[in-house]
Amino acid sequence: MSTPVDGSKAPVQDTVPEAQEAAALPADLQDERLIASNGVSGAISAFTSRLRSGDLGSVPVVVGLVIIWAVFQIANSSFLSSRNLVNLTLQTTSVGVIALGIVLVLLLGEIDLSVGSVSGLAGAVLGVTFVNKGWPLLLSLVVSALLGLVIGLFYGALYTRFGVPSFVITLAGLLGFLGLQLLVLGKEGTLNIPFDSGIVKFATQSFLSPALAYGLVAVVVAAYALSRLRNRGARAAAGLSTAPTAMIAIKAAALALVLLIPVLVLNGDRGVSSMFLLFVALVLATDFMIRRTRWGRSVVAVGGNVEAARRAGINVRFIYLSVFAACSTFAAVGGILATARLIAVNQSTGGGDTNLNAIAAAVIGGTSLFGGRGSAYSALLGALVIMSISNGLALLSLDSSVRYMVTAGVLLVAVTIDSLSRRSRQAHGRA
Amino acid sequence: MTVTPTPATVGTGTVLSLRGVSKRFGAVQALKNIELDVRAGEVLALVGDNGAGKSTLVKTIAGVYTADDGSMVFDGAEVRVGSPAEAQQLGIATVFQDLALCDNLDVVANLYLGRELRNGKVLDEVEMERSSWELLRQLSAKIPSVRIPVASLSGGQRQTVAIARSLLGQPKVVMLDEPTAALGVAQTAEVLNLVERLRERGLAVILISHNMADVMAVADRVAVLRLGRNNGVFTVSETKSQDIIAAITGATDNAVSERAARRTRQEGSAS
Repeated sequence: MSTPVDGSKAPVQDTVPEAQEAAALPADLQDERLIASNGVSGAISAFTSRLRSGDLGSVPVVVGLVIIWAVFQIANSSFLSSRNLVNLTLQTTSVGVIALGIVLVLLLGEIDLSVGSVSGLAGAVLGVTFVNKGWPLLLSLVVSALLGLVIGLFYGALYTRFGVPSFVITLAGLLGFLGLQLLVLGKEGTLNIPFDSGIVKFATQSFLSPALAYGLVAVVVAAYALSRLRNRGARAAAGLSTAPTAMIAIKAAALALVLLIPVLVLNGDRGVSSMFLLFVALVLATDFMIRRTRWGRSVVAVGGNVEAARRAGINVRFIYLSVFAACSTFAAVGGILATARLIAVNQSTGGGDTNLNAIAAAVIGGTSLFGGRGSAYSALLGALVIMSISNGLALLSLDSSVRYMVTAGVLLVAVTIDSLSRRSRQAHGRA
Repeated sequence: MTVTPTPATVGTGTVLSLRGVSKRFGAVQALKNIELDVRAGEVLALVGDNGAGKSTLVKTIAGVYTADDGSMVFDGAEVRVGSPAEAQQLGIATVFQDLALCDNLDVVANLYLGRELRNGKVLDEVEMERSSWELLRQLSAKIPSVRIPVASLSGGQRQTVAIARSLLGQPKVVMLDEPTAALGVAQTAEVLNLVERLRERGLAVILISHNMADVMAVADRVAVLRLGRNNGVFTVSETKSQDIIAAITGATDNAVSERAARRTRQEGSAS
């Protein structure tokens, strides 16, 4: 069985030096049709060829972010000031957390249109139980977040039991939970959260000390470099190709720069907000779940081909249930954070453009509407884009009419890039 | 093609046998008293016209349908297969015609989909990639890279991935539903080579095909179904393809065999 008849003929007929060379190559680089890409220059050329084939990843959103920031900085020189950027991180968090849930749902190729209403409802429940009923803060927080979980399980059950399209289920949820939010808030309509409560302090006044922030950056960079080196060692031991150590060093240095510069700028004012740090931690955790666990792999597989996933023995029903539940829970947490930051909850919490901002953030960040393709980081990047526009236009004293139209334009561009790059990926066999 | 005698080292025992299997769909008798024996280290081709019941039979063995009547003996014990998962656990792997691969995932992810190797709770990508290469090498499969999305592979390579995936569960019987349909010449040869690899590994292979050339090239025996009934089992080395076609169509005088006979006569008179 280990002596194949046909396949081994070609190597045997090869001249001796070539055969030796093949034996020295790692197991994954032996095919002669592979275009060799070695070292740092090879990594760069592989990256550019990936871009050309339409596998854009987060490049468009990063470019977009740079352009948007440059434009606003030219229009108003205080846009990139430390003070305004700290505000931006605070504004980004709530929408970003909600967008994180949207990323998961989009990975499945589904949609949740009710995240705004669910976030508003969670805020209302927090306000009513904590302020009016006098529940302990922790209990109120847990109940509000669990409410999101239950709503998501309800969506998932409707979807998996009856096959109702998620578009319709969550459209009903959009209206229904808005109604429930108004009911919960009652006649007053507005509830103020006490200034001295833990959650408000966390959302508005809690910042990392500069030393702690720099320490965190150092820990993250060190952990990244270590994990890459360990992975390199494991691959070498398994006889697979390895990234050159120079490449790992360059990537770690780039990561250090990308983290240090914002921390440096933010420390010029109040510093890195604890709430924003929580958001980044959630992004990292979600990214880990998507890329490194069996659950995440199953989510991407279901988004790519449900039937294939089912035949591979994946519990498709559980995947749908868990993703809808996670999405609504993220929405509820986003609503809690929004309530805490604004120190109040009212009838318009989670209303207006919250919904579409969150969905737009996920798509602008590079998560495909067509399912099976996306990353947790798109929530972070997309939310930064959306909130930069909103923040910048507010600095220029332009009202929401302009903001809506500009955001719509950016969203259209993002979706167009998604569709175009999808077509290009198909043409280049990278779908 | 080459006449490949079954290697003596490979077990020649019967792995799977069906006795009197019947299946009805409403008023239609899809399968009637089907008898079938599949031996280890043997390629059994299952042929028949459209509607002869090939797919129904495969789906019955694979656990997609349950037979109304009859028994199935697998590895010496009578078994009842209630679902595809049960069949897989027994050791009956099926590669369906639509390959059921996830285009957006790479080869490694597709191979291990649903049974990923893990280090604690974390996916063990390195080990999965290493053993993917090992498996593909054993099959002499030609896949340039296992880290590219399946979408970028050719039809034959996709078929290879699908077949390789079916082998990960250590099956004893592999059923291939029209693996060479819609493939080019070179890719068909690649897949047929792969079928021979499976036989060398001592697996029992059930191959459904409409292509007589493929069947004659790779199969040891051919079981013919006609209108849901057995219509003969042929040993390929002792049979002409006209006889099999006759069994498929149910007539000795038909257009195909007449044309073949005419050609034989012409060639005979020419030489």
